Parts: sequence; structure tokens; C-alpha cells
Amino acid sequence: MAVMSYLEAIRETLRQELRRDSRIIIYGEDVGVRGGVFRVTEGLQKEFGEDRVIDSPLAEAAIVGTAIGAAINGLRPIPEIQFADFIFPAINQIVEEAARIRYRSNGEFGVPLVIRAPFGGGVHGALYHSQSVEAFFAHVPGLKVVIPGTPYDAKGLLASAVEDEDPVLYFEHKAAYRSLKGEVPEERYLIPIGKADLKRSGKDVSIITYGLMVSYALKAAETLEKEGISVEILDLRSIRPLDVEMILDTARKTGKVLVVHEDNLTGGVGGEISALIAEHALFDLDAPIRRLAGPDVPAMPYSPPLEHAFMITSDKITEAARDLAKF
Amino acid sequence: MAKVKLTPELLKEIYYYMALSRALDDRMWILNRQGRAPVVYSANGHEATQVGAAMALNRGEDWIVPYYRDLAMVIAYGETPREVMLHLLGRADDPNSGGRQMPAHWGLKRRHIMTTGSVVATQDVHAAGLALASKVLKDGRVSLASFGEGSTSQGEFHEALNFASVHKLPVIFLNENNGYAISVPARKQMAIMDVAARAQGYGIPGVIVDGNDPIKVYEVTQEAAERARRGEGPTLIEAKTYRFVPHSSDDDDRAYRSREEVAEWKKRDPVITFEKRLIDEKVMTQDELKAMQQRIKDEVNDATDFAEKAPLPDPSTLGRYVYAE
Amino acid sequence: MAQRELLSGLPVDWQKLKTMYYYMVLSRKLDERMWILNRQGKASFVISCQGQEGAQVGVALAMDPSVDWITPYYRDLAVVLVFGMTPREVMLGFLAKRDDPSSGGRQMPAHYGHRAKHIMTGSSPVTTQVAHAAGLALTMKLRGLPGIAASFLGEGSTSQGEFHESLNFAAVHKLPLIVVVENNGYAISVPQIHQMAVVNVADKASGYGIPGVVVQGSDPLAVYEATMAARERALRGEGPTLIEAKTYRYTPHSSDDDDKTYRSRGELMREKADDPIVVFRNWLMTQKQWDDQQENTLLKKVREVVDDATDYAEQAPYPDPSTLMDHVYYSPRA
Ligand SMILES: Cc1ncc(C[n+]2csc(CCOP(=O)(O)OP(=O)(O)O)c2C)c(N)n1
Ligand SMILES: Cc1ncc(C[n+]2csc(CCOP(=O)(O)OP(=O)(O)O)c2C)c(N)n1
Ligand SMILES: [Mg+2]
Ligand SMILES: [Mg+2]
Repeated sequence: MAVMSYLEAIRETLRQELRRDSRIIIYGEDVGVRGGVFRVTEGLQKEFGEDRVIDSPLAEAAIVGTAIGAAINGLRPIPEIQFADFIFPAINQIVEEAARIRYRSNGEFGVPLVIRAPFGGGVHGALYHSQSVEAFFAHVPGLKVVIPGTPYDAKGLLASAVEDEDPVLYFEHKAAYRSLKGEVPEERYLIPIGKADLKRSGKDVSIITYGLMVSYALKAAETLEKEGISVEILDLRSIRPLDVEMILDTARKTGKVLVVHEDNLTGGVGGEISALIAEHALFDLDAPIRRLAGPDVPAMPYSPPLEHAFMITSDKITEAARDLAKF
Repeated sequence: MAKVKLTPELLKEIYYYMALSRALDDRMWILNRQGRAPVVYSANGHEATQVGAAMALNRGEDWIVPYYRDLAMVIAYGETPREVMLHLLGRADDPNSGGRQMPAHWGLKRRHIMTTGSVVATQDVHAAGLALASKVLKDGRVSLASFGEGSTSQGEFHEALNFASVHKLPVIFLNENNGYAISVPARKQMAIMDVAARAQGYGIPGVIVDGNDPIKVYEVTQEAAERARRGEGPTLIEAKTYRFVPHSSDDDDRAYRSREEVAEWKKRDPVITFEKRLIDEKVMTQDELKAMQQRIKDEVNDATDFAEKAPLPDPSTLGRYVYAE
Repeated sequence: MAQRELLSGLPVDWQKLKTMYYYMVLSRKLDERMWILNRQGKASFVISCQGQEGAQVGVALAMDPSVDWITPYYRDLAVVLVFGMTPREVMLGFLAKRDDPSSGGRQMPAHYGHRAKHIMTGSSPVTTQVAHAAGLALTMKLRGLPGIAASFLGEGSTSQGEFHESLNFAAVHKLPLIVVVENNGYAISVPQIHQMAVVNVADKASGYGIPGVVVQGSDPLAVYEATMAARERALRGEGPTLIEAKTYRYTPHSSDDDDKTYRSRGELMREKADDPIVVFRNWLMTQKQWDDQQENTLLKKVREVVDDATDYAEQAPYPDPSTLMDHVYYSPRA
């Protein structure tokens, strides 16, 4: 099995999917000749031609809106938004259109569409190249939101997203692109959307998280293990739909839950998870649920001290989990 | 009219759809005033534009992405009066939305009428996307989006025309310019006389046509469709027309336009003037006309009765079709 | 530009032309210094004005910073310098220091903003600034203020819906606005032919019923004249003008880009032959308004200014992490 970076896993999956299904097209800003500003689509235009890997004008509403039309007329578009921060000009098309087309047509029309977007901070990207935007979309029925935390999951989730009959937002953490590596099988496989994954078993504290934070949490768990604290890590992988069963299972098992995400605290995914646990497993808890999340500032600042103050690190996770274990 | 080779059958069909649309429209207002239909959006006044454009396409095969005013367009495209009335009354069997959307939010997959929402100008981009797929799949289809002149102020209008022109997509942008966006007159909407002037910014033809003359609209749409099929890209058509009724049944147009202005335009009522032309040019006899009008009346009655008797959606279906089933 | 005569109809103010030249050189040299600092690992990001100085200086010097407002974009180093942002301030922003007037180190470099200097704060999502400029101009019109607003963007950014919405709005309300498109032929890797189906961005003006003017960005005088005319028109209450300056960028899109993947070195060399700084200097010399000695004096002065700004900013403090939560909402300023 080949060891690949998170980025390579995505690129190779795109390649595999483009080869498998001639209805798939990729488009977005700079995805063609340039191979994307992060090189995710590098080489794909050369292999599949300008009709299937298209450099679009600089207009996100047009990118998503035309993808909707193209999907309805028989293609399987995978548009790319260059940075998740620039998805907002397209929010009208995503929320008002893609998300509700099936519902509003009473099941007649559907929009099989995968919108890929790099997100996340800690890369000196400042307020507009660092954001986590998943909570905006997780709020919207009709959309699915996935965020892989390993190269292996990146492949399986992308393939599932492509097969899905509904619009899927596929968010890729920029800091994960080259820092995360792992084994990725050659053959195609699917990871069901809505299925979480237990990345580590433990008995004292559960960390529920997703994306890049999974690797940070794993590092924290190793540190804590040396201190005699046993940490369980649940990787959500899908933000919508959530794997409610696995969330409740781990909460019941350890009785102590720490939810971690880089996205802002208020209104973030952590709130939903906490509510689910409070509704269904409150009396199995041994401590109040704890959330560790990005601070409530509009977006991540640039200057190194400020960026560092914003970012979630494995040290911060270690500290929060240790504290919770002591409760 | 003489210079176009149009068969009498086609001319009669055009008239039929225009008159049918008007009759359905009139009935909807009655149902609304009787408290039986919560809201009405009218095609009243736009029929020539809509039917002229629809008839120039390969109906049911080419895609149309209409807006709420396009009753005449969708019936010319094959949505039946019964289906229209099921939609108006929010019945379970409404094929547009199963009673989920407001009236006049068209969508009929069987006839390649794309589903449409309320947010204006989103459909322009969808039409470009449908056309993108046609280009990639080489399926020979053309897509047509229609929209009001007010909606051309939206960014998505611009993005759609730009995208479509860069990629030379087989798409037609049909602007039904009735001079008002609810109460806002066109001069407060844009600093130009003609929406068609915007075409120049995209390097595509911008064509102005008398929207009250179905034959002229037919001609320019046909030309635009041919151009699209030849791979030469989009066309922007501006059909100058007028709506004879308020924006919707919730609007009172006396607040923003004079009765004289409305009366002036009504002298050129497309249904009446086209009827007269067909008689004058002996395409139809008075008897034929009467028979057709009777048939329309029957159809409208039938559609109304049918829809009123049809069941409402079951509340237990509220949660269905959020995702694929 | 070598062929051009003197400024048509305008009295020639040689001092102003030398000021023009000074700002072009200053911005180029500051920009070059930024790349050096980036390569030395002292700054994580640069985005450049190089190649576009002629257009930028031409527009900015035709404006009146005491009454006008601008909403620049990330390439507009020369514009903000003319508008009064100092080299020290630029470098504070570049190195993300506490006293950066644009954002206190919060934004990436080149996200200019300076309230006192009438430079509206800008963000990264392209083209939002054009709508803001229309709003600034609306205020000027409604309040009867004497100035105008100018907004700057690249040709790629004209594909955004907000470009259309803003120009349409400004045209309907005859706002005192100038929209300056610095057309450098690329949006990162995407060439103009994939961006629009017209040769000139200025062609889009007719869709709004406003003038669209094409000027050579390497000819700051032409840009200056076009801007003067547009500004006068705006002040007369006749509404906005779209100015398209044809330019070229000499650097990759930013320090994160590799432009070899999408444009040839030959093309770049050809375009550099029209370097606005070189062309303008040569012209000044043929007009006997400039000589080698003046050039050397100027370069020395600019070097001092750039060195000073760099040293100053390097020694300046970073923001305190405890200020992370400041200014999410209104708080009375100390
Ligand atoms: C984005 C958006 N804003 C506002 C509205 C409310 N609205 C519905 S129709 C309309 C006027 C549209 O005018 P025009 O495009 O000229 O079409 P017409 O109704 O005249 O045919 C407005 C403002 C809307 N539906 N969508
Ligand atoms: C809404 C939005 N989408 C994408 C981007 C990413 N991006 C930054 S600059 C740029 C290209 C801009 O090209 P152009 O407008 O021609 O300006 P130039 O850089 O060439 O001066 C892109 C795509 C962005 N900043 N904002
Ligand atoms: Mg209108
Ligand atoms: Mg550019």
C-alpha cells in the first residue's frame, strides 16, 4: 500500500473518479493549467482535457450555480472553491438552491454535486485564508458536510461524496495537505457519509473532533497516556449528518467528553454535539461536557502572536483533556 | 408576419397557448379573490413573449429555466392546465413541487422545465450550467433562462452571461422587460434604455424585440437557438412588454403607475391583437376561434375542478426528500 | 509613450511629473525589499505592485486625498503611498506589527486601510471593495461633500457579481465614482480569454450607460489625464467612469505562486520592455527634465527611505496576544 499525503490522496482519488466516470467534470479558479493554487488538481487537465477540467472565471456564484445546472443535465460536477473563505459569494446558490432543489421539487430534481474547498488556519492566511466554515453549512438540511482527518479517509469520503445523489461539501484542511501522511490503498473504496470512526480507544476521557484536529488529539492522547490518562478519540468525519450513535456510545463509555474544533466556539459543531449528549446521555456523564474551540473573533488574525493565540494546538488539547480527567 | 414560414397550425397553436394562459391566469385571480388560492403571479401581458420563445425551441427536449411570470411559457412547453391548477392550489400531485412551493415556481422534469426558486437571477446561472453539460455531453440541447429586467441588476445575471460567453455555451437569456420590478421603474434599475445593451460587455449579440408580437419573438429565439446549436454561444434577447396586472395578488400597482399608462399598453394586448391578426389574415375563421375559446374555457373549468378535488399533501410527508430516497 | 507630445490641454507641471516618477520608484523599491525579506524568512507573504506602478500613480495623483476616498486592492502599494501612507506604515503592515495602521497586524500584507488617509479597509474576497466605494460615493452625493471615491481591482475580479451590482448602482444614482481596472492579463494563472469574451474590460461600461476608457498603464500621463477627466465628470454629478489600464505584473501572483507554470519567460521579457518606470524615465530625459545625476540622487533617497522603513518595522513590537479578542464589537477608543 502506498504512503500518501492527504493532498495526494485527494488528487489520486479525483484522478481515479475522473477515469471511472466520464460524467465527472472539475472546475474552478486556476484548477487547470496551474493545477490549483495548492496543486491538488495538478496534471488532471493534461490527462482529461479542457472540457473536463475547466478554468472558470473568478466568480463563485457562477461556479456553483452552473454546477447545479450541469448536474441536473447529467454531469457529476466537482467544483472547487479556491479557499473556503471565498465560498460566501456562492452561498445563495448553495443554500437557497442546491440544498433545497430536491425538497422543493418533491423529489423530482436532485443535485449530485461535490464542492471541494480548502479551509482552516495556522498557515499565515489571516482573516480570509484561514476560516473554518463548516458550521454555516451544517445548519442546512439538504446539504452534507464531510471533513476527512486522514489520507485514508480523504479517499473513501471523496469517493462516497462523488457517488452521493445530493450536494456534499468536502472541506480539506490546508495544514493537513502536506503534514498528514498515511497508507492509502490503490483500489477504490467508500467510507459512508455519516459514519464516524473511533481513531483510538480509551476509558477516561473522550475527545470528539474532526479534520486536522484528529491528528492533534492523537498526539495529545499519547502524551496523556504517559501520565496514566486513557483517551478515546472519535473522528466524526461527517459533520452533517452526524453519527449520533457513536457520539452517544463514547460519551456513555468514558463519561467525560471534550469536543474540539478550530471553528469558532459559539454556534459551532461542538454545541450540537453537547446538546445531543445532554439530551440522550446526561446521566451517564461524570463531568460537564467541555468544548475547546476557536475563540469568538470573526476570523484568524495574521501576526504570528495573534495567530498562535487563536490556533488550537495539541498542547491546548492535552491541557483541556487532563483537566477534564481530573474532574 | 408574412415573411416567416409559419404554418397555420403553428400560428393557431401559438394563439391557443396565449389564450389558454390568459384564461388560466384570469381564473387564478378569481380563485384568489374567493379565498381559494393564497397568491397569484401573472403572465398577463407577457404571453406573446413567452409562447413565441417556447415554440421556437425543441419543446420538452431543450431546457427552459423559467421564472414566476412564465405561465404561458410552461404550458406551451407541455405543462397541462390540470398540473398548473394543482400547483396553484398546493395539491399533493402538483408535479412542480408537490405543494411545497408558492404558485408559479415551475419545474417539470418530464418536459425539461428546470425547478426554480424565489431568489431572482439564480436561474440564469443554472441555464448556463445546463448548457455547459450540453456542450460537454454534446447532446444538442439549448437552454433558455427567462427573467425580468429588474433581476438583471443581480450579480448572478452578470456571472451567468460572462461564464456562458467565455465558454460559448448553447444558452439563450430571455429578458421579459415589463418596465417594473414590483414598484421600481426600469430607470431606477439601470442607467440604460435597453437591457440588450448589456450584451456588449460579454461580446454576445443583444437583440431587442417587440415582446407583444409572438412571431417576432419566435423569430429571434429561433435565430438564437440556431446560433447556440452551431456552437457560437449565447444570445441576450430583450422582449419589451408590459404586465397588465399588479406584480402579484398581494400588490397594488396604483401606488406606482398611472391607470392611463396601463390603458395605453392594453391597446396592444398581445392576446387580442394576435387574435385579430389571425382573423384578418384568415388563418382562422370566427367559428374556429369560438370553438377554440370554448375548448379553453372547458379546459380551465376542468383543471379547476380537478385540482380542487385533488388531495392535499399528507403532513407526514413533511420530512421527505431532504435527501435522495 | 515616446511619441506623445505634452499633456493635452493641461499646463505641464514638471514638478508633479517628477513626483509621479518618485512614487513609481519608491513603490518599486519597497516592493523589491519585501521580496528580499520574504526570501530571508522574515515575512511569510508578499503580493506585488511591480509593473503596475504607472497606472497606480497616474490615477492616485489625479485625485485629491484631502477629500477623495479610495478602496484599493492588494496590488495598490503605489496608490496608498500617494494617498499618504508612509513607507514605515507600509512596512509595519508587511511585517504584521502592532502599529500597522491597516489592521494592527491582523490582516495579510497589502490589505491596506487608513482612516485618516481616506483609505478604506479592504479584505481578501475580491471585488467587495467596489460596492464599498459606491457606498462612499453615495454618502458624498447625499451629503454634498466635495470629493469622489475610486475603487481598484484586477480584470479577473470583474467576473464577480459585485462588479456588476456596484457599477449598476453607481450609474443609476450618478455617483461620483471611478472604477479602475488594472488589467494585467491574468487572474493568478487564468488568462483574460478564459475570464471574459471581450478584449477590453472597458466594453462593459456600455451596459451601465457610463463611459469606459482604455489607457496604457505604462503611460502614467495618459492614466492621469483619463482620471482627471473622470473625476471632473464625477464632481459635475454626471456619474461614474470605468477606467481600464492595460498593465502587466512582473512578479508571480504572490510569493506562494509559481508563474512559470502558466506564462512563458519570453512573454514576461517582452512585457518588461514596456516597464512604466523605465519608459517614463526615458521620456523625462528626452524632455530634458531628468538626468543621471538626478536619478542617482533619487535612488539614494529612496534607498534611505526603504532602509529606514525596514529597520523601523523590524524593531517594532508585535501585537500582544492579549489583544486577540479586541474590536470584535464597538468599544470607545482610548
Ligand atoms: C434576490 C431577491 N430579492 C428580492 C426578491 C423579491 N422580488 C420578487 S419579484 C421582484 C421584482 C422582480 O422584477 P423583475 O425582475 O423586473 O420581474 P417582473 O416581476 O417585473 O417580471 C422582487 C424584488 C426576490 N424574489 N429575490
Ligand atoms: C471571492 C474570491 N475568490 C477567489 C479569490 C482568490 N484570488 C485572490 S487574487 C485572485 C486573482 C485576481 O485576479 P485579478 O482580479 O485579475 O487581479 P490581479 O491579481 O491580476 O491584479 C484570486 C482568484 C479571492 N481573493 N476572492
Ligand atoms: Mg419587470
Ligand atoms: Mg489580473
